[in-house]
Amino acid sequence: MSQASENVIVRLTDVDKNFENDRVVKKLNLDVQEGEFLTMLGPSGCGKTTTLRMIAGFEYPTGGRIFLEGQDVEGKKPNQRNVNTVFQNYALFPHMNVFDNIAFGLVEKKVKKEEIRRRVEEMIRLVRLDGMEKRMPSQMSGGQKQRVAIARALVNRPKVLLLDEPLGALDLKLRKQMQGELKHLQKQLGITFIYVTHDQEEALTMSDRIAVMNNGYLEQVGTPEEVYNHPQTKFVADFIGESNIIEGYIEHMTEDSIEVTMESGKAVIHETGYRLEEMVYLCVRPENLKISTEVVEGFRFRGQVREHIFIGSINKTMIELPNGQMLKAETPAEDALVPVGTAVNVYWNPGKAVVMRTKEEQIYNVIEQSVAIEGMTNDQIY
Amino acid sequence: MIKSIKKRLAAIVTVGPTVLWLGAFLMIPLAYVIGISFLTKNAYGGVDFVPTIANYISLFQSEYAKVFADSLWLSLKTTVICLLAGYPFAYIIANAPRKWKPVLVLLLMLPFWTNSLIRTYGWNTLLRTEGIINHFLQNLGLIEKPLEMLYTDGAVLLGMVYALLPFTVLPLHTSIEKLDKSLLEAADDLGASRVHVFTRVILPLTMPGIFAGSIQTFIPSLGFFFISDMMGGAKTMYIGNLIKNQFLSARNWPLGAVLSIVLIVITLILMKLYTRVGSLEDMA
Repeated sequence: MSQASENVIVRLTDVDKNFENDRVVKKLNLDVQEGEFLTMLGPSGCGKTTTLRMIAGFEYPTGGRIFLEGQDVEGKKPNQRNVNTVFQNYALFPHMNVFDNIAFGLVEKKVKKEEIRRRVEEMIRLVRLDGMEKRMPSQMSGGQKQRVAIARALVNRPKVLLLDEPLGALDLKLRKQMQGELKHLQKQLGITFIYVTHDQEEALTMSDRIAVMNNGYLEQVGTPEEVYNHPQTKFVADFIGESNIIEGYIEHMTEDSIEVTMESGKAVIHETGYRLEEMVYLCVRPENLKISTEVVEGFRFRGQVREHIFIGSINKTMIELPNGQMLKAETPAEDALVPVGTAVNVYWNPGKAVVMRTKEEQIYNVIEQSVAIEGMTNDQIY
Repeated sequence: MIKSIKKRLAAIVTVGPTVLWLGAFLMIPLAYVIGISFLTKNAYGGVDFVPTIANYISLFQSEYAKVFADSLWLSLKTTVICLLAGYPFAYIIANAPRKWKPVLVLLLMLPFWTNSLIRTYGWNTLLRTEGIINHFLQNLGLIEKPLEMLYTDGAVLLGMVYALLPFTVLPLHTSIEKLDKSLLEAADDLGASRVHVFTRVILPLTMPGIFAGSIQTFIPSLGFFFISDMMGGAKTMYIGNLIKNQFLSARNWPLGAVLSIVLIVITLILMKLYTRVGSLEDMA
């Protein structure tokens, strides 16, 4: 195992999950550090919830291993793992009041009555539900139920708290408020949170690190800044925030830069580590995309302004490239607008475009590397 | 004006037939039964128009009390056995893979598309001294003399459970199916053993189903007279048989009417209980 393994609290190695013929999680490798807030982000059906359920013990992986606190948890039931889950629909016991719901786990562990009372009351204070001990779940609002669900899990003092889209059912305002509270709670307690969501904004605001999943694969793991500013795949660039993604290939290379040729133009980018004639994607965030009626050094990219959309503090400008692709540019609302129909040059500030390998190129590279390793089969590569 | 006539016409057309039907076949006979219960029986099996409450007073004779006690006791036993047998069955159906569910429910309902009288005769063929089971066991050499199975209290109980099991299973099935599976996962996650998941979560949450199933079994079981007639050899008298006898054999219509009214009252009380629990369930 790696040198940092004493701080790794959850480790997934080559985890696979099939439901009949459906492969929902594919060769997933992920380390979660102790005390961090890790978010698993992806569209519905990407395998993030299944991954969470495998860590919790509700599902077993069909391949690979899961380690909790350095221990392989194969075959261990949910209650034999030092983790607790906050369910999407809260899953509060409707026939029990708030106190009994929170005390459920402690009663099962045969904790002494006075201690149960003490710990449950402490939790009720922590999630700010003072005075609601006797309420039934049906008499509570969504936000209050959510707090009970969190308290019911935390009272067991888990090493890792698993949260499956816990704020999905709340309205926007309450969701924002609960996001802050959850983040605060996690910092205060120092417990590792693994948080599943499909809301990229939620992921960006709350997480220490984000693991982006798509179609069963882990696309990228990194801090919110890394994932936003340096997406490694087209999917990540597209899913997190808005992006202009342009396909191209590398026609010329110098020592410190590459020139990417696209259907609609060319651009020089200061990046290294690519092959000549390699297919790449360029990703430029709308706030970094600029237009000018004058020619800009290093760019040969022409388009036509098609539309302006006013969105409060910013203006969104749609630019059509000769091949029909639409690009989005965002400018502050007070800036002067280039009239619709004007032919413009498209450019961006140096360093603000991200070069991404295409899937095919990634696979090509893996094959190149693994040809050297004896006995590697195609199956292991993918 | 025209509108209100149209409305009234629509109401008459839609609700009218039902009202007529209920009036002709439920309200009038019921009023007739209530009327008879206050009259005197005459020597020829009819009634004389002499008002009396003697029929109600005769209810307090000990032999009738015994009939009621026996009936309630049999119904209680039937209900409990149906619950014990039906709960696991309902649980299996409710948790079966989606494609199997309709088949399982169909298997449960299938026998009930046949006339219940015919099915009870089927049990006779199986159980009687010269029946299939006895022949089979004798041929195997397991028993020498045929077993006395038919015309016992056990046979009546068996017949009742057989006839009423679906009435228990269906409400239980509905209630178990409504159970949110994530509650079971939550209980599991919080360290509950399988037994505790059942006693602390599943059982309390399916209580409405258990209650509904019990009532829906108990009420019809009180009135089933043909099963005790055919499988019990009419050795023990139950309410259903007693009422039937008063009308058909003893020709004491006023007493039969009184007994019917008592049965209806018991049923109404149970129905009231049932709807109260039903409304409690809606609140949860």
